[in-house]
Formats: sequence, C-alpha cells, structure tokens
Amino acid sequence: MVEGPFLEFERPIIELEKKISDMKDFSVGENIELNGEIASMQKKLNKLREEIYTHLTRWQKVQLSRHPRRPYTLDYIKMMSHDFIELHGDRYFADDKAMVGGFAFIDKQPVMFVGQQKGRDTKEKLYRNFGMAHPEGYRKALRLFRLAEKFQVPIVVLIDTPGAFPGIGAEERGQAEAIARNIRDMSRIKVPIVIVIIGEGASGGALGVGIGDRVMMLEYSWYSVISPEGCAAILWRDAAKASEAAEALKLTSEDLMALGIIDKIIKEPPSGAHNNPDMAAVNVKKEILEALDELSKKPVEQLLEERLNKYRKIGVYNE
Amino acid sequence: MAWFRKDKTGLTPQEKKNIPEGLWTKCKSCGEVVYSKKMEELLWVCPNCDFHFRISSQKYISLLLDDGYLDEYDVNLSSQDPLKFKDSKKYSDRIKQAQQKTGKIEGVTSGMGKIGGIEVSFAIMNFEFIGGSMGSVVGEKIARAIERAINNEIPLIIISSSGGARMQEGILSLMQMAKTSALLAILAEKKIPYISILTNPTTAGVMASYASLGDVILAEPKALLGFAGPRVIQQTIGQDLPEGFQSTEFFLAKGFVDCIVNRRDLRDTVIKFLHYMWRQ
Repeated sequence: MVEGPFLEFERPIIELEKKISDMKDFSVGENIELNGEIASMQKKLNKLREEIYTHLTRWQKVQLSRHPRRPYTLDYIKMMSHDFIELHGDRYFADDKAMVGGFAFIDKQPVMFVGQQKGRDTKEKLYRNFGMAHPEGYRKALRLFRLAEKFQVPIVVLIDTPGAFPGIGAEERGQAEAIARNIRDMSRIKVPIVIVIIGEGASGGALGVGIGDRVMMLEYSWYSVISPEGCAAILWRDAAKASEAAEALKLTSEDLMALGIIDKIIKEPPSGAHNNPDMAAVNVKKEILEALDELSKKPVEQLLEERLNKYRKIGVYNE
Repeated sequence: MAWFRKDKTGLTPQEKKNIPEGLWTKCKSCGEVVYSKKMEELLWVCPNCDFHFRISSQKYISLLLDDGYLDEYDVNLSSQDPLKFKDSKKYSDRIKQAQQKTGKIEGVTSGMGKIGGIEVSFAIMNFEFIGGSMGSVVGEKIARAIERAINNEIPLIIISSSGGARMQEGILSLMQMAKTSALLAILAEKKIPYISILTNPTTAGVMASYASLGDVILAEPKALLGFAGPRVIQQTIGQDLPEGFQSTEFFLAKGFVDCIVNRRDLRDTVIKFLHYMWRQ
C-alpha cells in the first residue's frame, strides 16, 4: 500500500489498492478465504494501471517526473552505490546544496557522482533551493569533473532540476558564464561521462552538467529547452497553459528518443519510480554499468571525437 | 465570473521598427530628441546618454569589416518545423513572417571577411528575427562559422543579440548550445582567438553558451545582458530589481565583460585585440 501524496490521475489506482488491502486484512482478521476475490481484484488493478499508464499525456508524465515521492539524486546514489563520500564547495564562493557530488562505488566500479538535489519537505526544499543550482553549483560540478579526470574515475551525472536558479546572486556571480564553461569543458573531459535524467531536465540548468557520452532518460522524466510553465507564460501569456506547452514542446523520453537526442530510455517500475524506488534504482544501475563498461574500452581520442560528433550533428534544417 | 474578463486571443504581433523613422528620433533611454540624420552619423548612439539603438546586421558589417564586405556563407540554410509546434501561431508561419519582416532567411548572417587586413570568420545575430532566438539553423550557422575559423586557422568574431534558445524547436534548440560550445573547445585548443561582442540584448541560451566563451568579451554600453530575463527573476524572487541590474556596466563590474566599447570604436578595438592575440 502506498502512503503519502499522490497525483489526481493515480487516484483510481490508489483507491483500488486500498480496497484490496482492506480485503486482505478482512480475510486474515475474520479468517475467511477470499483468495479468488482478491486475485480478480488484483487482475482488475493491473488492467486499470496499464490503461492509465499507457495513455498518459505529456503533461501527466511531467507531473510524474515531479512526483513528491519520486526518488531524488541522493536516493539513487544510496540505492545504487556504497561508500559514497560527498565533496563540497566550488573553492571560490560557497557550497551549493542544490548540486551534490562525490566519489562512490557502484559494485566494484569507482565513479564520480554529480547531480542536482531536490528536497522532500518544505525545510529541505528550501535547503536545496528546490534543486535549482547557483553558479557555485555548476563550478563545484566542474571541479569534481576535473578531479575525476585527474584520477581517471568515470563520471555519472544524475539530472533533476526545474532550472538553474534565476536570481540576483546568480546573475551577479555569472550563471550564464558558469553554464557555458561547463558545457564547453565537459565536452573535452578525458573520462567517460554517463548522463541520466531521473526527473526534470530543464534547459540550461540541466545542460550545464549534461554533456556526456551516453545520455539516458528515465521513462517518466522530461528534458527540454524550457519548462512547460515557462513556455506557456511566454508564448501563451498564461502559465496555466502548461499542459498545452508540454504537448507542443515534445519533452518526454519517447519524444527525445524519436528525435535522436538520447541514447536510451530506462524503464520504470509499473506506475512509476516512486512506487518501487528499489526497482528503479536496479534498472538505472544496470544501464550505468553497461554504458561504463562499453565506454571504458574506447581510447580517449575516440571517446572525445565521438562525444563531439554526438552533439555536432544535432539539428534539423533545410539546405 | 468571466463576463468582464478581457478577451484574450494570444499574442498580438507588434511590428517593431528596425531603425526609427521620421525626422526626429527620441532616445529610448534618456528621452533626448535628436535629428535623425544626425543619429545616422552618430551610428545610432545617443549623443546625450550613449544609449546604443539597435542597428541592422548589414550596418555592423559595413562598420566592422574592411570595405564593408562579407563573403556570406550558408545563405540558404533555413528552418524546418521538426516539432510541428503551434502556440497562438504555427511556428512555420512565424518563420515566414520573420522572413518577410527582415528580408533574411534566418537569425544569423555569417561568412568570411577582413578586419584591418586580417582574415576572420564572422557571424552576426539578427534580433529582429524571432528575437534572435537560436534554433537548429542559428546553431548550425554558428557551428560552421566556428569550423571555418578552425579549418582556415583564422580568428572568429561573433556579434550576439538574442533572447535565448528558440522554444519552438524544443530540445533541438537547447542542444545547439552544446554543439557550438563543444566546437569552441576545439578552437580554444588550437589557440585561435575568438572575440565575442555582446549587443542589446544578449541573454539566456546564447549567453549561456558561445556568447560567454570569448577569449575577450566586448559589449556595447547599456545593453541588457544576463542568464535569466529580468521579468523571470522578478517573479521568482518577488522583489524589485536593483537599478542598472543586468546592464553591460553591471556585467563589467561583476567581472564578466572585458571592455565596454562604444560602437564607433568597435572596429579599432577589435583590430587592436587581433594584433595582440593573433600572428598570421
């Protein structure tokens, strides 16, 4: 049984789950055999779930990517790896709590993790600035990329951000410069880089840590040039038109696969990662290890050339 | 109730004039009224407050390049509508309108030219074309300009003016930031100079990619420069923004621009930098 907040379109599933659970309790408590009924309800549940989840709109997928119970970066790091040591600070200004990173082992494979971190309750959300990094976050990330490069440790980036923070301090300290430099320098980092978009991949805030050799997206994550709300506010002059903007932006994992932007969609457990975080982590871990295994066989020159070409060829135009 | 609500029919396009017409021109910044012919002589820089009016890419070319000549490349690169994007207007119609309005096929003019006798790869963005926004074509033309600099071993000069990545091409627009910046890494490794010139306005996706990556970054006075637009910041933090925030002068004070350069000194300044950084 699921505890905690849920989305409106999840309601019928949650209600049916509750019924089944009540029936199980009743069956045990009253010692009445209800296996047949429970099994048929379970069947109905599976069917209902399939129906709802195969017909999700893009906007519903965006909502899933922001699900309050969805696993965040540090959750994945904890579930996938061991001996994680978090590293702090950009050495210039501060330690940005919206961007985390550090060494860890995935099984026997040492990696450098970097990613945006969101908070779950109000206090934690504020502490993490809602997963919106400042320039010092991007500069910390670049410092860790360089550190990983120096000691030949491959890099794994988990992306989950509603955007780079738009604020006075962020502008004063050069948000644009920090992101631009990261994009340029990541393209030449001499160790394999695997990128996984685990939730929200909003614009420059995502791309600022998003250049790599393999780019994968969890099934119910999104990645685009702007958030649906931002797009709606500008083009529709009404942030409430976000669902229309989400449709127009073509921002889901399936869309990006079709557009040739990402290399792989990582399947989520039925009803989304939040309903079975462990299984989601198993899937993500498997894909990361496979990608690293393949990338580690390439000589550095080939790795960098292929990385450049990966981005060089993106674009649709007439000539 | 809805009966008193204003009928919204989406964005109403407002024809923005490329160059203010009429006998007299009022400065948008200080309100000074100047004889238009005089403004033309002053390269559309306000004699009272130094505000730089927006001028056409053709004007910059004549201002900057030897004999005002650019050997234009990639002239026929034009946009598709890969997402079949539609808001209040179809993207494909938006492109057509922009083409009619500007007489240009897309938001960048690029090619080869000379500055002070030095051959350069040159590109200039056109803000009048859908806000100078960067979609696949803008990204590709900038990428090719960088490649021309790499392949011919000649300096690169880009004049930017842009509201950012073009929303109507979604993720493809975002990836142009990656494409251009990755090529600039190669240019930097070859130690070929890149001079980035920022004009009003340069923000968001363009500012957060190639515009910020010049070996030297020059900017015209009083331009709007930044990552996020002022309106977005205001709404996010719920406060008024300080005076002069996100101006060229602010950018210089915070350490993100090398020099503020008046338009009339732009050519000489670029030549000086090339003399320091480039030996043919």
